[in-house]
Amino acid sequence: MKTVVIGLNHKTADVDLREKLAFNGPKLEEGIRRIRELPEVRETVIISTCNRVEIYLAVKDVGKAYEAVKDFLAGFFDIRKESLDKALYLHDDMHAVRHIFRVASSLDSMVVGEPQILGQLKEAFEFALERKTTGVLLNRLLKKAISVAKRVRTETKIAENAVSISFAAVELAKKIFTDLAGKTFMLLGAGEMAELAAKHMINNGVKDIVVANRTYETGCNLAREFNGRAIRFDAYLNELVHADILICSTGAQNYVLMKNQMQQVMKERKNRPVFIIDISVPRNIDPGINDLNNVYLYDVDDLQGVVDTNILERQKEATKAEDIIGEEIETFKKWLSSLDSVPAVIALREKAEAIRKEELEKLMNRLSEIGEKDKKAIEGMASSIVNKLIHPPTIALKEDSEDRDILIATIKRLYGLNGEDDDKE
Amino acid sequence: MEIILFELALTFYFAASIVCILELFKGTRTTSRIMLSLVAAGFALHTANIIARYVISGHIPIANLHEASSFFSWCIVLLFFYLEYRYKLGLLGSFIMPVVFVLMLSSSMLPRKIEPLSPVLQSNWLGIHTVLAFLGYAAFAMAFGIGLMYLIQEHYVKSKHLGGLFRKLPSLQILDEINYRLITIGFPLLTLAIISGALWAESAWGSYWRWDPKEVWSLIIWFIYALVLHVRLTAGWRGKRAAILSIIGFCGVLFTFFGVNLLLKGLHAF
Repeated sequence: MKTVVIGLNHKTADVDLREKLAFNGPKLEEGIRRIRELPEVRETVIISTCNRVEIYLAVKDVGKAYEAVKDFLAGFFDIRKESLDKALYLHDDMHAVRHIFRVASSLDSMVVGEPQILGQLKEAFEFALERKTTGVLLNRLLKKAISVAKRVRTETKIAENAVSISFAAVELAKKIFTDLAGKTFMLLGAGEMAELAAKHMINNGVKDIVVANRTYETGCNLAREFNGRAIRFDAYLNELVHADILICSTGAQNYVLMKNQMQQVMKERKNRPVFIIDISVPRNIDPGINDLNNVYLYDVDDLQGVVDTNILERQKEATKAEDIIGEEIETFKKWLSSLDSVPAVIALREKAEAIRKEELEKLMNRLSEIGEKDKKAIEGMASSIVNKLIHPPTIALKEDSEDRDILIATIKRLYGLNGEDDDKE
Repeated sequence: MEIILFELALTFYFAASIVCILELFKGTRTTSRIMLSLVAAGFALHTANIIARYVISGHIPIANLHEASSFFSWCIVLLFFYLEYRYKLGLLGSFIMPVVFVLMLSSSMLPRKIEPLSPVLQSNWLGIHTVLAFLGYAAFAMAFGIGLMYLIQEHYVKSKHLGGLFRKLPSLQILDEINYRLITIGFPLLTLAIISGALWAESAWGSYWRWDPKEVWSLIIWFIYALVLHVRLTAGWRGKRAAILSIIGFCGVLFTFFGVNLLLKGLHAF
């Protein structure tokens, strides 16, 4: 049996197609059942997120299974097969193993290192387990993928650095202030980016929010949304004395906060540190302010610079992660090939057991006059002969060696084990 | 026996310092655990050494420069454990263990012989005065390490290159707070040490203050730390300036401790 993945992701298919192929709710329920019922398919798990739809399978014949699944998808989602051809990818065997390890470790994600995919994978696996659509192979594969992802997370720093501007701002805030909970946060002007950053700050514990906007009403609405308070725009300098974090994005064409003004503010706030984020373009805050003691000013380009280095950092970590995956593939391969000998081991044991039972019966029929104790002794001897005889070949079969295939064939022939069955269940 | 204990403690501190420095480049949870156990082992041996010397000599073992330097390090390690347990500041060890090691190394190079106390030193004041002084010094040493950490972290944030140690170092606010707290602990201890010294001087030599170099330098560092606290409270000199002052202050401490004893001979030279 072989592992196969058939799927599409953000790199191979546009949103339109991904949306059409999404297995959600009842679609997943029905889809997973029907794929499992395909004659070519032994086991299946379906992962469906907004960036990828992937069907993991255990099959005997990769080509046939691919065609069958493609036909099914076209019919199930009512899509022309040609449009699927371009978007679908197929990986089999160790390529499929590598693929799922990379997906779980978030190396295949749009944002490398994002943490959601692992949760989605776990959910998909649990769903399949509940519907009993998996077996030995996929159970092991999925469990392994999850543990590989955890290993990657702990041994590399792939998920550590913020890769969006608003998260980078929060990260910085946490390195300036220990705890954001007691801090006062001020929003100067309103704008999408500013609001997003504000939301992140709130999620990280900031409670006291002040909004100053040129149009007071807009400011009031925003303040209501964040559970904060609005102030008049011209009063913001006085309020700045009490604010610890300032996000500025007014539409002004020139600086609204000058160095000498800030100097005054710093004096009044007794030099308590202040973190200023200027995300307006053109800039609204005099860059010279950063030279003041205990003032930390970041504009959009600065934050972007932080994000860029973080992305580079993640890419460096990603190569480490690939190495880990390489190692894990090797151990998985070993486990997989150890499966090859399982049928032979079982057949050997069954054969030996059958002989033991048969011979014991014959003997017992002839020796009618013996006591329970002697009977036990004879039975004991028979089992121990059998066990001792089949022990060495069993060990040899289970051992990880290069000529295992030959060994399996030899043992089958030597003992006349012909129950040809390469099904690993 | 006590010499073996000392050498072993020194070895463990050395190993811990090496791990601490490695931690700057490649730190994991395991390295910091190794570092802490090394420091703990060193500290246990060190404590045993101090007790052994006390038993042998019959007085508190801070009677010569070797013992004083050793006790100084001991106080720093004690404080280090407290801060580590209380705040779990990343990389604190990397900035303080090398200081401990250097102090211990200097101690190891100074004459170690246990000699009978000179009559001047035979007083209860010896214990009170020296323990107060060294606890204060330890707080200043810690403030020095924390101040260095602050300056490095501040440099990352200001220059907007968030590489290197940025992620491992604690936040600016916590560093500044602890720096301040350490000085507020160290300063009264130093003050009490100077007062107890003066009282002792009065009972031993008949005058409170004789302008001997040690006294002068103690007064100088007292003024430096008084200044740190004063400008912080009045002019809001916190953060970078406070960190720089605490580093300067500690240089003064080191000079008062070693420089005065070794270069300028005075009444404190024993």
